[in-house]
Amino acid sequence: MSSDLDVFVGNTTLIDEEVYRLWLDGHSVAEAVARRLRGGLLEREATSVAVLQSDTRDHYRTFQMLERLLHAPPRLLQQLLFQIPPERQALLVQRYYAFDEALARELLGKKLSKGTKKELDEVSARTGVGIRSCRRQFDNFKRVFKAVEELRGPLAENIQQLFLLPPSLARDYAAIVFFANSRFETGKRRLQFLSFGDFAACAQSMMAHWSQGALAPEAAEPDGDLPKSFLQDLKELKVLVTDKDLLDQHKSLVCSALRGKISVYNELEANFKVIEPCRSDKWSPGDLRLFLQHYTAAPRNLPGFRHQALWERYMAAISACLLRMFHD
Amino acid sequence: MPGKLKVKIVAGRHLPVMDRASDLTDAFVEVKFGNTTFKTDVYPKSLNPQWNSEWFKFEVDDEELQDEPLQITVLDHDTYSANDAIGKVYIDIDPLLYSEAATVISGWFPIYDTIHGIRGEINVVVKVDLFNDLNRFRQSSCGVKFFCTTSIPKCYRAVVIHGFVEELVVNEDPEYQWIDRIRTPRASNEARQRLISLMSGELQRKIGLKVLEMRGNAVVGYLQCFDLEGESGLVVRAIGTACTLDKLSNTSAFLPACNSPSKEMKEIPFNEDPNPNTYSSGPSTPLKNQTYSFSPSKSYSRQSSSSDTDLSLTPKTGMGSGSAGKEGGPFKTLLRQQTQSALEQREFPFFTLTTFPPGFLVHVGGVVSARSVKLLDRIHNPAFVGIMGNTRSYKLLDWNSFNSDEPETRDAWWAEIRQEIKSHAKALGCHAVVGYSESTSICEEVCILSASGTAAVLNPRFLQDGTMEGCLEQRLSWQPGFFSIGSEKGEVDFFPQSQDSSSLLGIEEASPPGCGFCHIPYDELNMPFPAHLTYCYNCRKQKVPDVLFTTIDLPVEAIVVGKGCLIQARLCRLKKKAQAEANATSISNLLPFMEYEVHTQLMNKLKLRGMNALFGLRIQITVGENMLMGLASATGVYLAALPTPGGIQIAGKTPNDGTYEQHISHMQKKINDTIAKNKELYEINPPELPEEIIGSPIPEPRQRSRLLRSQSESSDEVTELDLSHGKKDAFVLEIDDTDAMEDVHSLLTDVPPPSGFYSCNTEIMPGINNWTPEIQMFTAVRVSRLSNINPTNQTLNKNFNDLCENLLKSLYFKLRSMVPCCLCHVNFTVALPEDELVQIAVTAVAITYDKNQALQANKAPTEKSQQRASTDNEEQLQFPLELCSDPLSSQPFSPAKEVLEGASSHTGIPAAQRATSVDYSSFADRCNSWIELIKLKAQTIRRGSIKTTTSLEKASPLAEGYLRHRSVPSGTNSTVSVVKMTPLSFLPGAKITKYLGIINMFFIRETTSLREEGGVSGFLHAFIAEVFAMVRAHVAALGGNAVVSYIMKQCVFMENPNKNQAQCLINVSGDAVVFVRESELEVLPPQPAAAAQPTGAAGDVTT
Repeated sequence: MSSDLDVFVGNTTLIDEEVYRLWLDGHSVAEAVARRLRGGLLEREATSVAVLQSDTRDHYRTFQMLERLLHAPPRLLQQLLFQIPPERQALLVQRYYAFDEALARELLGKKLSKGTKKELDEVSARTGVGIRSCRRQFDNFKRVFKAVEELRGPLAENIQQLFLLPPSLARDYAAIVFFANSRFETGKRRLQFLSFGDFAACAQSMMAHWSQGALAPEAAEPDGDLPKSFLQDLKELKVLVTDKDLLDQHKSLVCSALRGKISVYNELEANFKVIEPCRSDKWSPGDLRLFLQHYTAAPRNLPGFRHQALWERYMAAISACLLRMFHD
Repeated sequence: MPGKLKVKIVAGRHLPVMDRASDLTDAFVEVKFGNTTFKTDVYPKSLNPQWNSEWFKFEVDDEELQDEPLQITVLDHDTYSANDAIGKVYIDIDPLLYSEAATVISGWFPIYDTIHGIRGEINVVVKVDLFNDLNRFRQSSCGVKFFCTTSIPKCYRAVVIHGFVEELVVNEDPEYQWIDRIRTPRASNEARQRLISLMSGELQRKIGLKVLEMRGNAVVGYLQCFDLEGESGLVVRAIGTACTLDKLSNTSAFLPACNSPSKEMKEIPFNEDPNPNTYSSGPSTPLKNQTYSFSPSKSYSRQSSSSDTDLSLTPKTGMGSGSAGKEGGPFKTLLRQQTQSALEQREFPFFTLTTFPPGFLVHVGGVVSARSVKLLDRIHNPAFVGIMGNTRSYKLLDWNSFNSDEPETRDAWWAEIRQEIKSHAKALGCHAVVGYSESTSICEEVCILSASGTAAVLNPRFLQDGTMEGCLEQRLSWQPGFFSIGSEKGEVDFFPQSQDSSSLLGIEEASPPGCGFCHIPYDELNMPFPAHLTYCYNCRKQKVPDVLFTTIDLPVEAIVVGKGCLIQARLCRLKKKAQAEANATSISNLLPFMEYEVHTQLMNKLKLRGMNALFGLRIQITVGENMLMGLASATGVYLAALPTPGGIQIAGKTPNDGTYEQHISHMQKKINDTIAKNKELYEINPPELPEEIIGSPIPEPRQRSRLLRSQSESSDEVTELDLSHGKKDAFVLEIDDTDAMEDVHSLLTDVPPPSGFYSCNTEIMPGINNWTPEIQMFTAVRVSRLSNINPTNQTLNKNFNDLCENLLKSLYFKLRSMVPCCLCHVNFTVALPEDELVQIAVTAVAITYDKNQALQANKAPTEKSQQRASTDNEEQLQFPLELCSDPLSSQPFSPAKEVLEGASSHTGIPAAQRATSVDYSSFADRCNSWIELIKLKAQTIRRGSIKTTTSLEKASPLAEGYLRHRSVPSGTNSTVSVVKMTPLSFLPGAKITKYLGIINMFFIRETTSLREEGGVSGFLHAFIAEVFAMVRAHVAALGGNAVVSYIMKQCVFMENPNKNQAQCLINVSGDAVVFVRESELEVLPPQPAAAAQPTGAAGDVTT
C-alpha cells in the first residue's frame, strides 16, 4: 500500500534543524533520509524508514515553500502563511545565508554573473561544497549584491537591515559585495595564502577609511563603490614614488625614526611597499606596525608634500590590510 | 434600515507582479456587499499600495448583514484589456452583530485566489453601526451568539439549556450548473465559495430565529456541515444546543454570590441512594459535617421544605423520599417524570454538548445510534432505515414497499433518524440524548445518514426557565485538564450550584461520589435487554453495567483509575459495485455486520488495555464504490465504579489437536502479557481495599459474556467451560477459523505510543493534569492506494489498520521534541475518494505536560481516585476517608452502617440475570441472531455515566481562588500576531476572557499545474497552510489570539494526474477567543487555601 499523498501541517511550523541543514547542503530527500538513518535516529526513536521518509519530505516541502520568503527575509517576518516563532525565523535566515568560506574565497572579486555561475561545478569540486549548495550560496551573494548595489549608507548596515542578518554575517556579505564591486583580483597566486577572513577584514578597513560614507555619512554614493574623487586624488600620491627626491627623503626619515627600534633594521630599506620581503625576513607584526606608523607619519616632514590628509587616509586602510595579511 | 456597514481599505503588501513589463502592479480594490459595490482608486505601479480609502458605507437591513459576507476583491488595473483579479477576501461580519463580541474587524488578510492560493495581503477595517432594537426584526436573529464549543463557554454561565436546534438549507451546486461549462474554474469556485458563505449565513440566521423563539440567546455546540451531493445539490445543515447564557462580566464579582457555604451544597448532592454517608462530606471541617446529620429518609423531605422557591418538583420529591430508600427505583421514575415534563415540549430532547455542568447528567444509559441509507437521485423515494446500536427496533425495510409518491425532503430524512434515536433512548430508560451528532457519507448517488449520541437522564433544573438563577456557571463546565489543579476548579463550581439546588430543588437523586453517572437508568427487573450488572464498585448501592460506552467527554467528577488511551476499531468490507437500489440494499445489508464487528473490536481492545469504559466514541461508516469502511475512535478509561474487566480467553474449536492447543495457549499467553503490560503502561491499579472492607459484595456466580463469532456448529460444550478466573468475568474469543485468528493477531498489532506519549480523542486526558502551555495543533492527511489485485476483507483490514497505525507512528515521530506530551482530541476522518483510494485526515493537538509536577497533581480528581485507593500520604488522607470506613464512624448519622450492610446483602442479583451468555449456534440463523446480538451487545456494552457530588468538594474553594487569581492579566502578552489553534475548548495555562464569534470558513483550491506545485502533497500542504493562515488572520483581525474548538469538518480532495489537475475543498470552524496567559500564579499551595476557608467561600482567598 503506497501513500500517494502524505502531508503534515502544524499551526506552528515545525522546523527540524538537522533536516534543514541537510536541505541547505543540497541533499536530495533520499540522501537526507540515508544520512538521518546513519545518525541512528531509527534506533533512538524506534520508528521506521517509511516514517523517516515521510517526515523528511514534509520538511523539504516546507523549506521549499519557505525559500521564496527567505529570499526577502523581512517578508518572512510579515508573511501570514507560516507561523514561526521569531527565534526560529532568525535561525532559518541565518542558516540560509551562512556560507562556506572556501566557496566565498573562490568567488571573491569575481563578477557575480551567469558566467561565473556556470563555473560553479569546478568550484564545487575544488571546495568540496555540494553543487546545489554552491548555487544557492552564489545566488545569495548575487541577491545581496543586487539589493544593496544602489543603496546609500554603510554597506554592512544596509545588508543587515534588508536581510536581517547578524552583524558579523552582514559584514562578511559587505566584504563580498565590496570585492565583487571593485573587482580586486584576489585570485593571484601571490595572494593564495590569504583566507576569506583576511580579505573580509581588508575590505572592511578599506570601506571604513576610503568610502564616502566614512567621511560624510549622508554621502550620495554607496559604500561599496570607492568614491571616484578619492581614486583621482590617489594619483597625487604617486609623487611619493615617482619623485626620486621625495622617495629618498621619505625613506631616510622613516629609517632614522626607526633606528634602533626594529630588530631587522638592515633590511628595512629594501622593504618599502612589499609584504613578501617582510615575511621572508621574519619581521614581527609589531615591527611592521611600527614601520607602518612611521611610514605613514613621515611625509608630514617632507618639504612640498601637500597631501598628508589624503596620504593618511590611504595609509590607514593599507596599514590595516598589510597587518592583516601579514600572518603565516 | 437597521444597520450601516462601514469598510475602509487601508493598504496592500506583497502583491504579485501583474505587469511583466514593469514588474509591478496597478492595484485597486472592489468592496462588495449584497448588490452594492464600491471601488478604491488605482494605486499605480506598486506591490505595496497605500490606498487609504474613504469609509465605504453600506446601508443594509440586518437580515442581509447576517446572510451576506463582505467581499473584497483586489484587481490589477489594465487600460486596454479586462482588469485581472489578483484575489479575494471574504469577511464574515457576524461577530460584529452581537454586542459582547468584536467591535471592529481590522487587520491584514491574506488575499486568496482559488487558483493561485495566497497572493499578498490587504489591510482592511470593518465596522457596523446597528440602529434599531434588534429584537424587533424577527427575520433576523442578530445578537444570538454561536459557539462551536461543546460545553458552556468559559466566561458565561448557563441560565437555561433549552435544547436542540437544527436547520438545513438546500441549493443547487454551482459546480453542476450548466453555466459551469462555459465559465472559468476560478469563477466556478468563487461562485461556490460565495454560495456556501451565503447559505451558512442564512442557516445561522434561521437557527438564531429558532433560538429566539425558545427565548434563548445563544447556540452552543454548533456544528454546521456541507453535503456535496453532486447533481442533486448542495445541502448545508447545522445542529446545536440553544441556551440562555449570561456573560460573566467580572468573574470575581460574580463569585461571592454563589460561593456560599460549602456545607449546604454537601447536602444537596443528589444521590440515588439516600444514604448520606456515601458522599460523606468528609473533606469539610467536622463542624460542618455535624450541621447536617440527617437520616436518609428524612433528608429528602428536609430538602424540600428548605426549598422555599416554588418548583413544582419539590412536593414530589417529598413524596418520593420515603420509597427512595433501597432501590431508588421509584425515585428514579419520579425524576424521570419531572425531567420528562421539562423535555416533553421538545420534539427532540437532544443536546450537542459533550461536557456538562456537574449535576446536569444524572445517569447515562449508553450509546444510541441510527443510520439510514438514501438514494440521492431519488429524493422522493426513501431507501432504507437501518438502525444500529442500541435499538430494539431494528428493521430492514423493503425497497419496494415505499410509496414513491410521497415527497420526502432531507428534513424528513433527518427527522426520521432523530425519531429513531429518541426511541432508542427511551428503550434505555432515558429521556434525553447528549453528545449528539450527525454525519453523512456520500458516494455517487448513495448517501448514508448517521446520527449518534448518548442516552441519558438529565437533571431538570437546567432545562427550565427561572429555576436556576445564578446556579449554573460557565465554570461548571470546566475542564480539569486546564492546568495542574484544574480539576479542583470543577469542584469549585460545584458549590454554588449544589447550594442552589438544595434551596431550589432539592429533588436530585443522591448519587454517591464519583459513580452516580454509572448507575443504570433503566429498571433492572425489567431491563430492555439482558445486561450484565454488578453493584457499583464505588458506592455499593446501585447497579452498574460491566462496560460503558458513551459519546460524551469524561465527566469532570468521574473517578478514574490510571490514564486513558485512544482506542480505535478499524474495518473494511468489500461490496459489489452496483447501481442505485441494488447498491443501497447491499450497503444496508452490510451495515449491521460492520457495526457488530466494530463493537467487537472495541470491546476486545478495551479489555486488552484492562479498561472498562469508552468516552467520546465516534463511529464513522464511509461508503465507497466497492467497499465500506468503519472507523471507531474513543478514549478508553478505567472507571472506578465499574467492575474490573475480565481478561480475554481464547477458546479453540478442536481441542484434541496438540499443536493447535499449543498455539492457542501461546496466543493466550501473548494476550495476557499484553494486558499486563498495558495495565502497567496506563497505571491501572484499581483499589482492592473497598471490597475487603465491605465484604465482597460482588455477586458470587461467575459472570461471563461469551461471544461466538464464528460458524460454530454447537457451542453448548464451550458454555460448560469455566473460563473465568476469580471473580472476573472472561471475554471469550473463539478461534476456529483463520478469520478469527486474524482478528486476534490484529488485536495484538496495535502498538502502544512510544514512551512519553499518550493519546485520547476527548478533551480531557484522564490521569494527566499538569499541562504546560506549549501546544501544537496539526492536520495530517494521507491518501493511500489499496493496491491488492484481489482484495479480500482480511487484506483490506490489514491495509487499513497499517495505514492508521503508520499515521499515528508518524505523528509521534514528528512531535517527538514535545515529549512528554499527550495528543488530545485526536480526530480521524476517513474518505474513499475513488476506487482503491483511502483518505485519512487527522486533526489533533499535542500538549506538553510537566512530568515533574506530577506530584502536585494529586489534587486532581483523577489522581485522587488513585490516591484514594492507596492512601499513605497524610495530605491525601481526607479523600480516602470518605471512601472507606472512616466516614461511617465520623458521620453522625447512625443509619449509615446499616445501610451499608444492607447494601451488601442486596448484592445478590439473581444469577440468571447476571449470566449473559449469548450463543448462536446454528449457521442457518446466524444472520438473524447476529442482528439480534448486535442489539443486545450494543445495549449491554455502552453506558455512560456521570457523577455528581463528591468528596472532592473540599478542594474546590481553593480552585476557585486559583481561578480568580488567574484572571489577573499577566501583561506578558508577547507577540500580537501569534494565533493559537486547538480542537479543545480550552488552552492550557490560560484563561479565556472573551469569545469573539464563530469562525466558519469554506475554501476551494484548484490547480492545473499539479506537478509544478509539488504534486498532490505539495498542493495540499500549501492549501492546508493557507487555510490555517486565513483562519489566524481573521481571528487576529477580530482582536483575538486563539481559536478553540477548532475542527476541520471537511477535506474533499480530488485529483486528475493525467490532466495535471487537482481540486480540494476544506471547511473549518471554531471559536475566536481572547485568552490571557496564566503566569507565576501557577503555584498556589493547596492545603493552606483549604484550611483558610472553613466557610468554603471560594472567593475569600483570592479577592
